[in-house]
This record gives sequence, structure tokens and C-alpha cells, in this order.
Amino acid sequence: MLGYIRRNASLLIGVTLLGILAIFMIVGAFTIDTDNAQPLSAPALQPPSWDYPFGTDRQGRDLLAVMVAGTPLTLWVGFVAGIIGVGVGSVLAFTAAYYGGIADTVIRSIADIGLTIPGLLVLIIIAVSLKGSLTVNQMAIVVASLAWLNPTRTIRSQVLTLRERGYVEIARLNGMSGPEIILRELMPNLLPYLSATLVASISGAILAAVGLEFLGLGPVDSPTLGMTLYWVQFNAAIINGWWWWWTAPLVVILMVFLGLFFLTVGLDEIANPRLRRSA
Amino acid sequence: MSLLYVAKRFGVFLLIVWLAASLNFFLPKLSGQDPVESKLMQEASLGGYVHAGIEDMAKEYQHKFGLDRPLWAQYLAYLSDVSRGNLNFSIANYPRTVAGMIRDALPWTIGLLGLTTLFSFTAGTLLGALLAWPGAPRWMRFIMPPLWALHAIPFFLLGLVLMYVFAFQVQVLPIFGGYSAGASTGFTVKFVLDVLRHAVLPALSIVLVSIGGWALAMRGMMVTTMGEDYVTFAEAKGLRSATIFTRYCIRNAILPQTTGLALALGQILSGAVLVEVVFGYPGIGALLFQAIEENDFFLIQGIVFTVIVALGFATFLLDVLYPWLDPRISYRRT
Repeated sequence: MLGYIRRNASLLIGVTLLGILAIFMIVGAFTIDTDNAQPLSAPALQPPSWDYPFGTDRQGRDLLAVMVAGTPLTLWVGFVAGIIGVGVGSVLAFTAAYYGGIADTVIRSIADIGLTIPGLLVLIIIAVSLKGSLTVNQMAIVVASLAWLNPTRTIRSQVLTLRERGYVEIARLNGMSGPEIILRELMPNLLPYLSATLVASISGAILAAVGLEFLGLGPVDSPTLGMTLYWVQFNAAIINGWWWWWTAPLVVILMVFLGLFFLTVGLDEIANPRLRRSA
Repeated sequence: MSLLYVAKRFGVFLLIVWLAASLNFFLPKLSGQDPVESKLMQEASLGGYVHAGIEDMAKEYQHKFGLDRPLWAQYLAYLSDVSRGNLNFSIANYPRTVAGMIRDALPWTIGLLGLTTLFSFTAGTLLGALLAWPGAPRWMRFIMPPLWALHAIPFFLLGLVLMYVFAFQVQVLPIFGGYSAGASTGFTVKFVLDVLRHAVLPALSIVLVSIGGWALAMRGMMVTTMGEDYVTFAEAKGLRSATIFTRYCIRNAILPQTTGLALALGQILSGAVLVEVVFGYPGIGALLFQAIEENDFFLIQGIVFTVIVALGFATFLLDVLYPWLDPRISYRRT
């Protein structure tokens, strides 16, 4: 196992990056007072110092506290939306691919057409319609409402390649029912692939969430990562040279996306050994 | 046969248009919010004085805008308006029409997005193909890991970093907008150069992120294709390796890559919206951001509708061109 991880460098990098973030969140949650993530809890616009390691923003938020409070919020939105997306997507994909026929045509068409529509814009319409009342959990549901499209499409095509395999045929001849075959024969064989899809879809959900927050459409009173960048943009922090204000959220978001990306690549390599040859 | 295929694809396009219009119409209704009243209330509270007759005022406006009619009548009226390209007036910028504002912004976005997507798709696909080829130069192995890492980053984050480095620290490129303030707009060399200079950073933040993704996907397809029997057969026939590489491998690997392009357009656009916001680029994205800030509901609706239709049309074009790349497709039932 250890030997394998050493060969699968992407997996190692991904797990390390996410591990550092996890430690940061856990240690931070116990040692940092997240009340300081609210405005007016620190002197405004302090560059990083011993008291405020990440500096403070213009409204007097301690950016270290903002990161400690905001990182789990943004990740939570991604996890909830990603898991709902892959869950719903798997059910639809297995139904479509295993049973075929009209169900397949309908599900495939909806997913294909849905994917050509830019998700962020639909999410914007939803978020604007609900503006003012969005909580972190509602935000997760909003993002999840489109997060199932991609998993449905990709998982379906994977199931199609498995459907006619010998062991599925034998299970069918043995009198196993459809759902049983899906759960006991197809699912376990797709597990590595499903987990890679899950990570990718969590990453996609976080991307959508950060995008909405950056446009000022997220939960306004929660110090999420995207919201921090919204304030950076709002106050033109880059032109004003307040580099620490955007460095902290930038580094955290980079670690999240890079970590999830390398994890996906690593998991893909487990799911699809053919990729190993070229490495 | 081919005509039927085009007709079917066009049907899908019309379906997308209808879906976009319906989404636009019904989603806001679900929340039970009233755009006219909430805008009036917002204006009133900005003025620090809430008028006693504001309810009546809202009623009057609702009557004028036809918002007091039954839902199905409103829906039909909306569809017929939309089909004639009438997207209503902007609430925040009355008397400007939504369609007019979008018409001003659209060329910027199409220019920026069209060129960057075309470039990153072509360059990324070539890079990916070369990477899978045993005869590729060694240095390529070293530029790929950074490009893949960049691929994981949202466009607009890279935009922020590029802006800091090239517009704030080094100050070689303009930081904001689509052209210099006060520049005389016209088709002069000076203005065109000015526009290009302003487009460099937004374009770079899209291209640098996209290229790695296309390369990654193409490499994966190439590896699969190179393992196919017909490639082994071509090798056995003694064809030159360059011929095998271009005519056998790339020719086949490019098909799923093109499908990928059609599917990615939506995502690329979502990302580009945020890039435009970062750089204040005068396209659709910045207009959308402005509309969100001003709570200009009709403008938001109009932009979302236009963009979905435009992308639907781009997908339709790709679909129609696809049989030319893959002659099998028009005979398969789709």
C-alpha cells in the first residue's frame, strides 16, 4: 500500500494538501476565536503581524479568523452539493444505462441539454430570486440542483461498458433482479470510478459556490472564502496594495482546488490502470 | 439523411431556447418576490423615506407591466416578447432596453471568449497529442505539470494574481476596462492596439487555465487510440510513424475532444463571467455583475437568456459540423 502511494504521486500530493487544510481547520477551530471574523473586531487594514498573522481587512475582520471560519463553510457547501449530485447522478445513471430504452433516452437527453447551459447563470437566477434569505445550507441545495448533470453523464457511459460483461450476464441468469445486479455487481466494480467522480463533483460544486459568493450572491453574513474575495474586489484591494487581504483566501482556495484535482487524478489512476502505462 | 440530422439538432436548439425562456420566467415566480415592488422599496429606502402610497404605486406599475394578469397569460406574453427579441426595459437604467445593453456588451465577450477558446483548444489539443507521442521533445514533459496544476484553478483566481503581478507590481499592462478611458472609439490602429493591450490579461487568465485541461483530455484519448488494433496494423504495414501519428491517432482522438468542447462551452462561459468582473471588462459578465449589484432583475434575466441561447447556437453549429469530422455520425440514430 505504502509502496503504491509512493508510485501514485498525484494521490500523495492531493492527500497532503487536503491534510494540511484539515489540520489548519481543526487546530484553528480550537485555538482561534471565530468571533473575530466579524467586522469591527480588529484594527482595520493591518498587514500581517504577530497579533494578526494573516492581517486584517478594511472592515476590521481578522483574516486568520475569517479563514478558520470560512474554509469549512465553503467546503461544506461543496461536500453537500457534490454528494447530492453524485447520489442523484448515480441513481439516474444506473437506471438509464442498465435498463436502457425510454428511461435512457430521457435521462441522457436531459443531461446532455442541461450541460450545454452555463450552470453559473442558472444558479445566479436562482440565487437572485431568493436574494436576502440564502443560508449556507440553502446555498448547498442551490448548487446541488445542477451538480448531478455531469456525474449522470460520466457514470452512465461507464455502466454501459460493464453492462454486457460476463459476470453481469451470469448474475442475470442466476435470477438476480435489476436493482440487485446494480448494487452487488455493478456498483462494487465502479467504486474507484465513483469516488473519482465524487471528488471531481465536489470540486465543481466548490467552484460554483465560490463563483456565486464572489458575485455577492452567497450567504451575506457568513465569512465564506468567496465572500472574502468579493470584498477584495469591492474595495479594489489589489490596486490599493493591500496584498495580504487576498493572499490568504487565494492560498486556501488554491490548496482546496489543487488538492481535490490531484486526488481526482490519483483516484482515476486507481480506477483506470491503463493510464499508468503512460506515466 | 443529413438534412434530418440537421433538423433534429435544430429542434434541440429550439428546445434549449424554450427551456431558457421558461426557466427565466418560472424560477423567479417560485420565490414569490415582486421585482417592481422590491425595486421601489429599495429606491425608497435609499432615499431614506418610505412613501405611504408605495403599495399603490407598485400596483400601478404591476398593471402597466402586466404583472396582475393570470400566470399563463403572462407566460404566453413573455414567450411572444422573447421570440421577437424584446427583453423588456432595464429597471435601473430606464429608458435603456435590456436588448440594447446586451448588444453593446456582447461583442466584447464574443471576441474575448471566442479567440481564447479557439486558441486554447487548438494549442491544448496539439500539446496533448504530442505528449502521447513517443517521439515528442523532452522539454514538453516539463511544461505540462505546471499547466495541469493551473487547470485546477478557477479562471478568476489566476486573473487576480496576473492583475497583481502585471498591472500592479510591474505595471506593464492596464488594470481595468476594455479600452483606455477617454480613448476615441473607432476603427483606428491606436484604438485597436489599446483594446488588444486591455485584453491580454483577461485572455491570459482564460488560456493558461484551459490549455492544460485540453492537453490532459487529448493525451488520455491518444493513449487509448494508440492501443487500438488498427494502429498496430498500420505499424505492421510499415507506414511512417508520422503518418500513423497524424492520420490514425490524432484523427480518431480528436472526435471525443470535439464533443468535449461542445460540453465545456457552458463551463468556460461561467468562468469567463467572473474574469470579466475581475478586470472590469465591458462584456456580458461585467454587465451581469452590475445588474446583480443594482438589483436589475430584467437585465439579469435578459443576459441569462441571451447567453444560454448564444451557447445553444454555438453547440448547434458544432453539432452540424461534427458529421464532417466523423462521417459515421449522421447515419447513427441520435
